[in-house]
Amino acid sequence: MKFIYHLFFLMTLFTSVVAQAAVEDEYPFDTPTQQAQFMRLSGQLRCLVCQNQSLADSDATLAQDLRQQMYVRVKEGQSDQDILHYFTERYGQFVLYTPPVQENTYLLWGLPLFLFLAAVVIIGRHVVRRKTL
Amino acid sequence: MKIRWFNTLPVIIFIALLLCLWLGLGRDTNLLPSALLEKPMPVFTLPDLNNQPLSEKQWQGKVALVNIWATWCLPCRTEHPILLKLAEQGVTIYGLNYKDDYQDALLWLNQRGNPYQSVARDVGGLVAIDWGVYGVPETFVIDKKGNIRYRLVGILTEEAWQKQLKPLMDTLQEE
Repeated sequence: MKFIYHLFFLMTLFTSVVAQAAVEDEYPFDTPTQQAQFMRLSGQLRCLVCQNQSLADSDATLAQDLRQQMYVRVKEGQSDQDILHYFTERYGQFVLYTPPVQENTYLLWGLPLFLFLAAVVIIGRHVVRRKTL
Repeated sequence: MKIRWFNTLPVIIFIALLLCLWLGLGRDTNLLPSALLEKPMPVFTLPDLNNQPLSEKQWQGKVALVNIWATWCLPCRTEHPILLKLAEQGVTIYGLNYKDDYQDALLWLNQRGNPYQSVARDVGGLVAIDWGVYGVPETFVIDKKGNIRYRLVGILTEEAWQKQLKPLMDTLQEE
């Protein structure tokens, strides 16, 4: 029985190695830096067809085409900013999993901080009042 | 007993949250506004149905629809008769044939009728990416200057035409 577990473990280990190798075969880069840039950026962008998957994860044909565009641009040596601009120019900021801090996202970014501070104030006042009693 | 303002805060937050969720109900998150609204059509040169070069310049000058379609796209079958009807009524429609087979596209138009003034064949799908297309069919409204003014994701239904596209195109004609 133990043998089967070990075999299973080895098999799962092997498949993940195969998957990683497939990505590297499909998108070969000259330098590990470019490879890392490609992996990083394709994880930061949303696949438009299946919106809860990143470009890196999706098998949709559009995602493949977009990955190809990213590949070409990374190979050309473009910066993260240039490449992300290529995508936001076409698909809007919705493609970014991390929206930038700007006028229409102040609420989004600021609310957690505001709620945290509000909680600190409320609890703080509570504690102070109890002590003085 | 005195009710302090901050004691009511959780209730207020809860109601605000409910309101947000309520507004979110029934919203289709698959429909995205175009990032190209109020911007000129992307520059392209593609082969048309006669393999002659066709560029976005040839689509300028009129208020028109640009319809992204493909023969492998099932909803396009439902949409096609509506496009034909609109073309008969005098609406200018240009087609962007997305990642399709040339012969299949010709056959489709011969059998079902051709609503398009001209068709650009985007075999590689790169021009469609420039337009921000993420599914077929999609339909854009362009104004006389060739700026994109609206994007409809999915089938151009009779209802979408009457409620959204037609009123917009009528006002664009006045510009």
